[in-house]
Amino acid sequence: MKELLLLLGSSIDSGTPLLLAALGLIINERSGVINLGAEGLMLIAAVAGFATARATENDAVALLAGATAAALFAAFFGFLVIWLNANQYATGLALSLFGSGFSAFVGTSYTQESLPATSHHVILSHHYLVYLTVLFTIGLSWFLFHAKAGLVLRAVGESPESAQALGYPVLSIRLAAVVTGGALVGLAGAFVSVVSTPLWVEGMIAGKGWIALALTPFATWRPGRALLGAYLFGGVTMLQLHLQGRGVNLPVELLTALPYLATIFVLVLISRNPRWIAANMPTSLGKPFYPGA
Amino acid sequence: MLRLLDLASPSLADTRFRDRVPALSASLLALAVCSLPGCGKRSSTEATPSSTPAAPSAEVKAAEPAAAGPLKVAFAYVGPVGDAGWTFAHDKARKEAEAAFAGKVKTSFVENVPEAADAERVIRDMVAQGNTLIFGTTFGYMEPMLKVASDDPKVHFEHATGYKTAANLRTYDSRTYEGAYLAGVLAGSMTKSKTLGVVGSIPIPEVIRNIDSFTLGAQSMSPDVKTKVVWVGKWFDPPKEGEAAQALLDQGADVLMQNTDSSAVLQTAEKAGKFAFGWDSDMTKFGPHAHLASAVINWSPYYKKAIQDALDGTWKTSQVWWGVKDGAIDLINLSDKVPEATKTKIEDIKRGLKDGSFTIWKGPIKDQSGKEVLKADEKAEDKLLLSINFYVKGVEGKLPGAK
Repeated sequence: MKELLLLLGSSIDSGTPLLLAALGLIINERSGVINLGAEGLMLIAAVAGFATARATENDAVALLAGATAAALFAAFFGFLVIWLNANQYATGLALSLFGSGFSAFVGTSYTQESLPATSHHVILSHHYLVYLTVLFTIGLSWFLFHAKAGLVLRAVGESPESAQALGYPVLSIRLAAVVTGGALVGLAGAFVSVVSTPLWVEGMIAGKGWIALALTPFATWRPGRALLGAYLFGGVTMLQLHLQGRGVNLPVELLTALPYLATIFVLVLISRNPRWIAANMPTSLGKPFYPGA
Repeated sequence: MLRLLDLASPSLADTRFRDRVPALSASLLALAVCSLPGCGKRSSTEATPSSTPAAPSAEVKAAEPAAAGPLKVAFAYVGPVGDAGWTFAHDKARKEAEAAFAGKVKTSFVENVPEAADAERVIRDMVAQGNTLIFGTTFGYMEPMLKVASDDPKVHFEHATGYKTAANLRTYDSRTYEGAYLAGVLAGSMTKSKTLGVVGSIPIPEVIRNIDSFTLGAQSMSPDVKTKVVWVGKWFDPPKEGEAAQALLDQGADVLMQNTDSSAVLQTAEKAGKFAFGWDSDMTKFGPHAHLASAVINWSPYYKKAIQDALDGTWKTSQVWWGVKDGAIDLINLSDKVPEATKTKIEDIKRGLKDGSFTIWKGPIKDQSGKEVLKADEKAEDKLLLSINFYVKGVEGKLPGAK
């Protein structure tokens, strides 16, 4: 029983960066902009967060620095795809590749460094950001479905033409969503390098950005479901490690692939109902908007 | 440290590629295809521009005998020199060797050389640049080095952790299991839960030998110790290594060991207030409270010897396996928390390994099923150790792939 609780606890820890990034991407995509650069943003934030943690020995400042760095790059991305109408998919990919190369370049001098272990603020053996993320999930859910501003955000993602006709500044709202989303993705990246594994290694995000991107359709763009999905993915990751420790004789390669198999399984399951996907998916997702047209 | 199975996933960059595939939406699939050029980015971190493919004509030049001037020595590394573990240890030894032969030797290196066709190009290029002694520091360079060696008989090649030799290709390795045993002795004296945890990379003989030796060392202090093992399938994936360490702690392990290349396991133990070790390089600073000691490899005696051989013209092919006796393996920076008696015991074992009076793999040793592998006072031959494929009694779980 005790082990089960511990497993649950470490699953939540493992799922937290996925959840944070997925929440950021939900905000992004609810406004109609898809940002495939999540992995790159997380890497940039990871190195920025780690560097700040080295300098300040304060995890809150480091996490904020990571979020800020990612928000800056997200703002640039937003400018390209929202005002210049660059293709969102291609630009996102470029951002991802750029982010991994850039973070590796900037991080060269940090690969040998460590953080003082005392700089963590822990409540009941979890970092406080773990709890804040849960609160944020609830907050975002309320915002999207009960606040007027959330309604406007969703309207921009559903039908930018109508939103504009009602007098809302579609482009600025999209930029705000991209920057806010980028900051959350960055918070997730910094969480990995400052809290989960306090060190910097090239490519250390190891696909978490992509899992978060897969989580948004998985959660049908709803924060509550993203929380369940993220903890589930974290849980599957930890469960396979626990099973190994218990000596359960399953092939390691297959166990390692479990989170990805789970993703595929759930995606297949929900995609079987096109109406269900259509009812939830922001209609203008990925499409540029020309205000003058 | 062999990187046998890493052939399929030479770098984290590739892992990223693989991780994308399950993201099934069409856009993500499109992305996976586009990401292939991204794999080339690693060349940007290489320390020398020698990753460009060698021109065929360059090989002619390599056949000339080394001219007067410093001996040119090149190193191909599988990871970044900043990995704080395996590659870092090689690079440290390279620098020491160059300093020891001040003026007589000029060394260079290329880092992040994948264990694939790229390795052959990099090594050929090293030959083309006039290097006459070339070190390849990972198992996966075996075939490429063998190939280049047969084309360039005047150049001496040194391959770490491999088993194939040629007239101008020598293999060298370290008895890392001696360090694992010494760490095990410490672990056995420090554990309260009588449960140890090991984060394993890939189940190949070297790693299995280290897990077994670690357990034997612990049992020498506390016979009822159990070892739990979690495999992560990678040499270097810090977040995953950390999660594996957490899983072991959750299951009651209070001293951790790893046969992976990063400091993540030690850091996880530090956060949880448990104990762990540094591996390959001194990792004290990554977890000053958790750190019991670091089992380190010192390649510098061997690199000095190999360079000396090449300078003297006495270089001959062989298979070298150095340990504590040769100054290649050591357990360093023992924590203040380790009792004096244990420290003395560690010193005694080191002395015994040096003068040959102590043997780690000496019977009676039983495997997991209770079958006697070594009879009382029987010493294991290197052949058994090199191909070991069983857990000793006390290691829990089944060896992946075991029948």
